[in-house]
Amino acid sequence: MSSKSPVVDWATDWSHFDSKWVEDPFPIWKELRAQCPIAHSNRFQDGAYFPSSYEYVRAIAYDSEHFSSRRIIVRESKVDLQPNPPITSDPPEHTGARRLLLPAFTAKAAEKYEEKTRRVCRDLLDRIGDSRTCDAAIQYAQHIPVLVIVEILGLPAEDGERFRDWIHRLLEIGPVNPVVAKEALDEITDYFRAQVAIRRSKEGDHIGNDLITFLLNATIDGYPLTEAHLLGTLRLLLVAGIDTTWSAIGASLWHLATHASDRHRLAEDFSLLPTAIEELLRAYSPVTMAREVTKETSLGNCRFSVGSQVLLSFPAANRDPAIFDHPDEVRIDRTENPHVAFGLGRHRCLGSNLARMELRVALEEWLKRFADFELAEGAIVRWSEGTVRGPRTIPVKLKPR
Amino acid sequence: MANSSQLRIVIDSHRCQGHNRCCSIAPDYFASDEFGNVLLKAEEIVEFSHESKVRLAVANCPEHALKLIEQNDNREGQ
Repeated sequence: MSSKSPVVDWATDWSHFDSKWVEDPFPIWKELRAQCPIAHSNRFQDGAYFPSSYEYVRAIAYDSEHFSSRRIIVRESKVDLQPNPPITSDPPEHTGARRLLLPAFTAKAAEKYEEKTRRVCRDLLDRIGDSRTCDAAIQYAQHIPVLVIVEILGLPAEDGERFRDWIHRLLEIGPVNPVVAKEALDEITDYFRAQVAIRRSKEGDHIGNDLITFLLNATIDGYPLTEAHLLGTLRLLLVAGIDTTWSAIGASLWHLATHASDRHRLAEDFSLLPTAIEELLRAYSPVTMAREVTKETSLGNCRFSVGSQVLLSFPAANRDPAIFDHPDEVRIDRTENPHVAFGLGRHRCLGSNLARMELRVALEEWLKRFADFELAEGAIVRWSEGTVRGPRTIPVKLKPR
Repeated sequence: MANSSQLRIVIDSHRCQGHNRCCSIAPDYFASDEFGNVLLKAEEIVEFSHESKVRLAVANCPEHALKLIEQNDNREGQ
């Protein structure tokens, strides 16, 4: 059975590509959490588990001995692996590959891109100008992370359209169409191979201060990165930060466009932004990861067989009433909120500081320009499917300040 | 002052994964090192007026890497 055909029994035959899940997964997760907190499905090669409780998501995220990161996307068929260190690495390789990147992604490092981000947001808003309608996803949210990552990696801004196309083919179509996934992956690899060659050709002159140049000169335990490691990491840095952050910005704007009281409160009082941002990240966490079972183990009544896939849903963990009071209510002043939108354990999202900065700046600048806006009448909001969830269209009516 | 108690912050650096939630909630107490992992900025004893902020920082850590320990204030006697 294909992952797209309609699901009848979520506990034994779930699919995150079912249109119900794509549009509104929360009631499905709620029901499963109460009845079958680790669901199973044979729609994916060698079977796939879906734990919906915070407790099990946490246990799996911490257990790299039984649950390997070598597969981080649940797919219909288990395609050949192309490592993207450190996200696809397990210990001990993971440690050095991640440590190398951490200093470039601290909160302080993210601050360096704040001014650029603000300029990007203002430019996009200027282009929307006096229009009375716009699409907040297409004309605003989707551009912001692209224009920030090109700055970090030292890539031409005009390549952004290609990046979005690759990501769409890789993460939305890819999990159910291995041919499309492979093509997109190869194109990204070729792109970075060319970028690396450009930097290498400037002999002895690695003066560029972009992250590609940094990685070219970097060493782990005294050895330079292998070509596969270098290209794998570059693919990761490009893919990981774009539709994820775009989804977080988009989902936040969608929430505000559909919840007038939150919109008015936030527009009038920016001091609520810190709690609002964490709450929007909790309630609409964009990123779901995966693991592959590499050693038989069990959790609760569920035995995990070797080779099967696990959908590691941080978004589902963030809706668990065992941890979050009234989890399906968005409370923009929620103060106690230890959400796991950026994952848990050694694979905590490397770009979390950057993502938070972009989300904060994007919301601030939007609200400064458009204190009031709402979803256009009859608007069709399309949510992405697959491994990253966010609104890909948000038609809104605008009322300038 | 004889029977007063105070709160001491304890960081489990093996658990910290650099989410930096504590740093944004209670920046007077928490900072991060060059890898983004938490460092105690100054005093490990929480000032009474800062208690609620520090408690929030602890409660918001997704990795449960922070603890507050109540201890008797015996500095007076030293």
